[in-house]
Amino acid sequence: MELDTLIEKFKAKDEKAFETLYNMYSKSMLGVIYNIVRDHDIAEEVMQDVFVKIWHKSDSYSSKKGRFFTWVLNIARNAAIDKIRSKAFKKTKQNLNSDFFVDIIESNDNLDHKTDAIGVKKFVSKLKQKCKEVIELLYFKGYTQSEASEALDMPIGTIKTRNRNCIKELRNIVLN
Amino acid sequence: MDINAYITSGILELYVAGALSEKENEEVYALMQKHPEILQEVLEIEAAVVKLTASTSQRNNAHILKQVKKELGFKTNTTNVVSLVKPKYNWITYTGWAASVVLAFGLLWTVNQNKQLQSNIKVAETQQSLLETQIENSKKSLAEANTLITVLRDDNISRIPLAGQGNFVNTYAKVYWDKEQQRIFLDAQGLPNPPEGKVYQVWSLKLSPLTPTSLGTIDNFTADTNKIFEIKNTNNSEAFGITLEPAGGSATPTMEYLYTLGVVTTG
Repeated sequence: MELDTLIEKFKAKDEKAFETLYNMYSKSMLGVIYNIVRDHDIAEEVMQDVFVKIWHKSDSYSSKKGRFFTWVLNIARNAAIDKIRSKAFKKTKQNLNSDFFVDIIESNDNLDHKTDAIGVKKFVSKLKQKCKEVIELLYFKGYTQSEASEALDMPIGTIKTRNRNCIKELRNIVLN
Repeated sequence: MDINAYITSGILELYVAGALSEKENEEVYALMQKHPEILQEVLEIEAAVVKLTASTSQRNNAHILKQVKKELGFKTNTTNVVSLVKPKYNWITYTGWAASVVLAFGLLWTVNQNKQLQSNIKVAETQQSLLETQIENSKKSLAEANTLITVLRDDNISRIPLAGQGNFVNTYAKVYWDKEQQRIFLDAQGLPNPPEGKVYQVWSLKLSPLTPTSLGTIDNFTADTNKIFEIKNTNNSEAFGITLEPAGGSATPTMEYLYTLGVVTTG
């Protein structure tokens, strides 16, 4: 089914469409959430809240504002960040593991054929440190371009071209 | 606008990341609608990012979907679906069978009605033809009666009573003789029905010498209802007689079976 049609149905509160969209993006969201909270049980808890929220907020999504995937990604990242900033979380998780998403992928035994495990693993093992940083901030942490520019201490133009080259490499490995 | 330069600028990667401002997002969306190559680029970036982020997921998440659906109050599938389908099937089946039975009875009833109506039509047709015959008969009777009335009123008609003779003294008849038209009307009301194989024969008589002339036999005596018969008579008759003769009539009257006789009174 066309993604646009699926999203229209979802906005019209079609339960089947919601389930299909869940299956399309749940792995990505759980990965991103886990990358932030670094606790499987908490990640699952946040994930559940995220998709309940998505169902209730379906009216607020508009394709003009961005990709549907990006919309869900934003909600997931924000929910995960809210979680680690909460008092309850700070008490139990004082020291967060400082590994990047790269380390998670490299140590991930749960990768199946569908996610193209070999391709992604090959990709991350070859990634330069600066590529790792930019992808981590832009996709996993939800930094804006100016926030990323500030954090990495480089001009916005450099962030854009570097990120483009990193993603281009990823596309070559996983999409071909 | 240089599409290629726009694509290679890296803005689309930031668009998928959600790192652009709201205004920039709307610009990219507008360009995507206009240029299919930009849309294609965005779709490929998105697909790659979906795969990359999914690779960081370490656990199966099917149970989370269950929790979400439960929390949102979705119907849980399989068991409910089966129980929903079954009564639907039964409802349709029962209705279908009921409809068939009703239809079958309806057809039988219609066929029966048709038979009944056809038989009614036949009865009506028979009654109609009977009535037509009766009307025809009535008309005929009326015409005959009218003729009789004219005859009885006519001055030129002679009325000759025929008296019973010998063994048949109780019988009688009357002759109305229309000389002008050369015909007689015989009123044979006073004669019994002739026995099987016999007929009445009407005679015109000359008295001196006695010469009988046959005016014919009355073959339909029994069937006739008013017993009035119109008979042609060209003779200059002096008397009329009626005898009983074998079927077909005789050349001369059988005098033993002379029933009635009457003389024409002159003047």
